Amino acid sequence: MTEPRAAQRSTGSTGTGEQGAGDITQEMRGVGPTAMGRGHVPPAGRSVGPLERVLRLRRDAGRKLVVPYVTAGVVDGWLDVVRAVVAAGADAVEVGLPFSDPIMDGPTIQQASLVALQRGMTPAMGVAELARADVGVPIVVMTYYNLVFRSGERRFARTLAASGVAGAIVPDLPLEESEGWRAEAGAAGVDDVLLVAPSTPDDRIRRICEACRGFVYGVGVMGVTGERAQLADSARQVARRVRAVTDLPVCVGVGITTPEQAADVCQDADGVVVGSALVRRLLDGGGPDAAAELVAGIREALD
Amino acid sequence: MSDTRRTPPTLGVGPDVSTRTSNADARAGVMGEPGVGGRFGRFGGRYVPESLVPACVELESAFRLAWSDPSFHAELDGILHSYGGRPTPVTECARLSAQIGVRLLLKREDLTHTGSHKLNNVVGQALLARRMGKQRLVAETGAGQHGVASATAAALFGMTCTVYMGEVDVERQALNVFRMELLGAEVRPVGSGSRTLKDAVNEALRDWVATVADTHYCLGSVMGPHPYPWMVRELQRVVGDEAREQCRVLLDGKDPDIVVACVGGGSNAAGTFAGFADTDAELVGVEAAGGSAVGNGIPGVLHGMASLLLQDEAGQILEAESISAGLDYPGIGPEHAYLADIGRARYEHAGDDEVLAAFQLLARTEGIIPAFESAHALAWVVREAGRAIPHGSTVLVTLSGRGDKDVAQARELLR
Repeated sequence: MTEPRAAQRSTGSTGTGEQGAGDITQEMRGVGPTAMGRGHVPPAGRSVGPLERVLRLRRDAGRKLVVPYVTAGVVDGWLDVVRAVVAAGADAVEVGLPFSDPIMDGPTIQQASLVALQRGMTPAMGVAELARADVGVPIVVMTYYNLVFRSGERRFARTLAASGVAGAIVPDLPLEESEGWRAEAGAAGVDDVLLVAPSTPDDRIRRICEACRGFVYGVGVMGVTGERAQLADSARQVARRVRAVTDLPVCVGVGITTPEQAADVCQDADGVVVGSALVRRLLDGGGPDAAAELVAGIREALD
Repeated sequence: MSDTRRTPPTLGVGPDVSTRTSNADARAGVMGEPGVGGRFGRFGGRYVPESLVPACVELESAFRLAWSDPSFHAELDGILHSYGGRPTPVTECARLSAQIGVRLLLKREDLTHTGSHKLNNVVGQALLARRMGKQRLVAETGAGQHGVASATAAALFGMTCTVYMGEVDVERQALNVFRMELLGAEVRPVGSGSRTLKDAVNEALRDWVATVADTHYCLGSVMGPHPYPWMVRELQRVVGDEAREQCRVLLDGKDPDIVVACVGGGSNAAGTFAGFADTDAELVGVEAAGGSAVGNGIPGVLHGMASLLLQDEAGQILEAESISAGLDYPGIGPEHAYLADIGRARYEHAGDDEVLAAFQLLARTEGIIPAFESAHALAWVVREAGRAIPHGSTVLVTLSGRGDKDVAQARELLR
């Protein structure tokens, strides 16, 4: 990956003004501890990036969080899709950098990854395009660890930061393997989002939440990404179990397909990640409007 | 346990369990217990989605407990003896040896029940699954040998079995698909990616993420997340341990000069090497030329492990190419990558044409039709006899499987 030139970002502080790569929003620039809401000031010495700042602020203001997922390069003008879902009420956008062997993904996102790779998308291109986009909410990159490892953890983290990316999700890098990456991401000012699964024991949830930044990704169902007709019981349970041990925002993804399911899970969760349901619309030929329609429906169900 | 489950007879006639390598002994040398987190030097580890971490932890605990339990060994060894046909012989290849000028010995895993070394691993894992209370096995397969072995173990223990197999392999190994179905397994063709072994592993992992509560992933090689590379090597070390004793009888107490095995993920090679790691024997793994992870691979992370992988500049995994479905894999077990790193083993490769020639040569000179996979090891020996292998050397080759499954494909290729 090449590192686009961009403003140096100050890191390691929850206070003082953030010099803005990307100039995302006023929220992301300097939100001091007093603005974080009662009881939600991160512990002293804990570095918090713009992703966590924005999501905490919005959550504390009583808003449920909507985080749509888009695979980079899945269609021409995929950045227009990102902009459209932001206009429709997304609080952050998860952008998938396609990998050849996405083991956490079901058929829809597998297909999107394949299409994007066949169209020539690379991690460097995806990040470079994000650097040029002015999206207005935090971007969280989701990809598999080999792409991070191949680039080099430090280089990858710095490239993300320099491109204005606020967070990263690496689903095949669990707590024990992620120490080095978390340190590099933290040093670069990128929030590393960790996952909690229905199978995760309580003491482990606690340790994951201590290491996690941005938001906690609650895996709603034992399984890979994909649409489900019914919301699994595990979706609300995982949200409750995470909320019991942390004040980080908790967003549940995997198996959240409809506005009704989103509203249901948000009785316990702070927000939802919606991937396959959105990406399927793109694969079926829908454009930014089709994606925005889905997100607007979820937004409406949650407000 | 339900009453309908069949418990195989325990005869306890295997090797004396007291002679086995204990964890403490193993730590002392090469091919002992891996380091913290399942590390072999810079390789190995446990790179799995959070959903699977607890299952890997549970499996590691279950394996540690079982592997230090004499009753587990007694049952495993009993089944491998009375059901699997162990110990397998070491065969002197008089005619082929005369032709190539090196003394060639074959460790005959082709004579194991189901026709390959794969049974050693699956019986052990099925016993573990039963101990963990899991009733369903999911497996990946390339050539179909591991799928057949898994289906066999599932039938033996009264478990259900789902086998993922790439569409390309379903086509070129049609007979093995039918075998698995005869044994009561469900074979699910995988149409994603390169439609071969790599993609079958992806799909088996995806299945496991959703079914881990009642399903054991019966991984077929020394790859994947910790504890699989270590556990599968330990379950396969019976190959090397037997061969070492048998060679010492044949060679007046000496070890072979060179020990050779084919490597896809590398389970038969790991089991073989484990028996000779602390001898002076040179260890050689032979990969398919189109899937040479040590020769052409770059460090990376796939299928739960850090190892050497065929990949592009960005880190996208490349497709391996081989006539042998079992070696058609863009990576290699992490311990092999480590053995290459430290120089304890070296990794060579053989191309499709010389493999096909070796396949025919062994059939005509010794009356043994080897699996295409095993023919890679033979092809290297035939090519290097008198070159990298000095004339007069003694070479042990693990014949990992029999070639019946490849006969139809060979006929097409030779036509």
